[in-house]
Amino acid sequence: MSEMIVTEHLAYTYPGMDDMPGIAVFKDLNLTIEEGSFVAILGMNGCGKSTLAKHFNSILLPSGGRVLVSGIDTANEERLMVIRRSVGMVFQNPDNQIVANVVEEDVAFGPENLGIASPEIRNRVDKALKQVGMYDYREHAPHLLSGGQKQRIAIAGVIAMEPKCIVLDEPTAMLDPRGRREVMDTIRRLNREKGITVILITHHMDEAAQAGRVVVMHKGSIAADGTPEEVFSQVELLHSIGLAAPDSVELCWQLKMAGYDLPLDKLTPKDCAQTLKDWLMN
Amino acid sequence: MLKDITLGQYFPGNSPIHRLDPRTKLIMLVVYIVALFLAKSWVSYAVMLVFLLTAIKISTIPPKSILRGMKPLVMILVFTGVLNLFFTRDGRTLVNIADFIIITEGGLTRAVFMMARILMLITGTFLLTYTTSPISLTDGLEALLNPLKKLHVPVHELSMMMCIALRFIPTLIEETDKIMSAQKARGADFENGSLMERARALIPILVPLFIGAFRRADELATAMECRCYQGGEGRTKMKLLRYRRNDMVTFGIGIVLTVLVIVLASFGL
Repeated sequence: MSEMIVTEHLAYTYPGMDDMPGIAVFKDLNLTIEEGSFVAILGMNGCGKSTLAKHFNSILLPSGGRVLVSGIDTANEERLMVIRRSVGMVFQNPDNQIVANVVEEDVAFGPENLGIASPEIRNRVDKALKQVGMYDYREHAPHLLSGGQKQRIAIAGVIAMEPKCIVLDEPTAMLDPRGRREVMDTIRRLNREKGITVILITHHMDEAAQAGRVVVMHKGSIAADGTPEEVFSQVELLHSIGLAAPDSVELCWQLKMAGYDLPLDKLTPKDCAQTLKDWLMN
Repeated sequence: MLKDITLGQYFPGNSPIHRLDPRTKLIMLVVYIVALFLAKSWVSYAVMLVFLLTAIKISTIPPKSILRGMKPLVMILVFTGVLNLFFTRDGRTLVNIADFIIITEGGLTRAVFMMARILMLITGTFLLTYTTSPISLTDGLEALLNPLKKLHVPVHELSMMMCIALRFIPTLIEETDKIMSAQKARGADFENGSLMERARALIPILVPLFIGAFRRADELATAMECRCYQGGEGRTKMKLLRYRRNDMVTFGIGIVLTVLVIVLASFGL
């Protein structure tokens, strides 16, 4: 597998105002994201997750070190459009990223910017809307849709540009449980079926547990990195930086603290129940 | 309450007028207005009226909703009528009360013509906005104003702004509703008190609304940049505007109408 995104000794300081000193977010961050992978990034508010995401497609440029997207330095202004079309972004608030007042016009916005021929745009828009399951709503006004539907439109708007990688910055934070499920299903399907690299920034542990790799950030550096099982079994570490493990792991951990020997790598309720059942049987 | 406000007043439909290219409709509106100002006599006004009524009939827009749209304009109409009626001294005197109120024949005709002109002008404009969705209206305007780009008029940017404004009207109305509820829940009173007090009560609504709007603008700008937006340069469109047979027929009608009105005027009709 080749590398999709690499950060090398990434440092970033938010510029200070007037006499105020700037705020350093990263000092030396090294992270490699493989092509086709599904990576979840976890961390408390203010740990630098969103700032990091904005480095992945040149919205922010490093103050030190560098970021490479498919081998291209994000500071290379001539290749800016190549970078932006290969790394798409979906933000938290669906209302603030929808441009047009008809669903299909909004999905067409990206391809139109790329200067693609009209029939090909039509093609891509229809395909993207079908992939997120919103084709029947193509002529609706976005403001009449639910949060989950709006967020899927935003995702369709990104995949219509045929990116290699999608970065989602807390896409489910403003959604109800049903909307969250719709969005998560869509993301997983895109990763599995289209081989699109997915970087999901989230606060929800159960969402992160669905990824192939989990990166935990704390105060601008990486506190843990590995498979969901590896990361979530470090319950004490997660607690110490203000996070929690998924509920099933928390349950096993509580029991373990009470003196019963239980494994901490059961991430789904089903696995957890099976483990508890086996344990009670013995 | 605030959600009832409709802007742009578009009536979705599938009449031949709905399906016309927005550029055709914009051009026709201009032609129609010019013809209306060239019309000088009963005959030419009658021709214009027949044209307008036929267009309304074809558009399948219920005449009631056009009349409802007229309501706010009644005052202007009455004002125009009265002004022309009393202050035009022309021709035979019809009414003379103590040399103070004088109504002449010329004044009466003029008043009727002026009111008819305003009414027909507004109805024509309504017909455009009722049968054209805001987005195709914006598209049409951008396409028509395209030659101005040579004079460095930012045509694309203006139409983009209009499009975004239309997109965010419902969102901002919803937000205003929410802020009002939040302030009411904390004891704000918008209904009572003097005019000054009520105006002052709006400040706690406007401040968060503006802050929110700026935050939205910032986020939208980032999202647009992420989707490779770099202005109108090198941009293509999914839906291309194309003149069809019906548009040609419409232009033909427009030409006939203008010529007819000019000919009638040259005969002093």
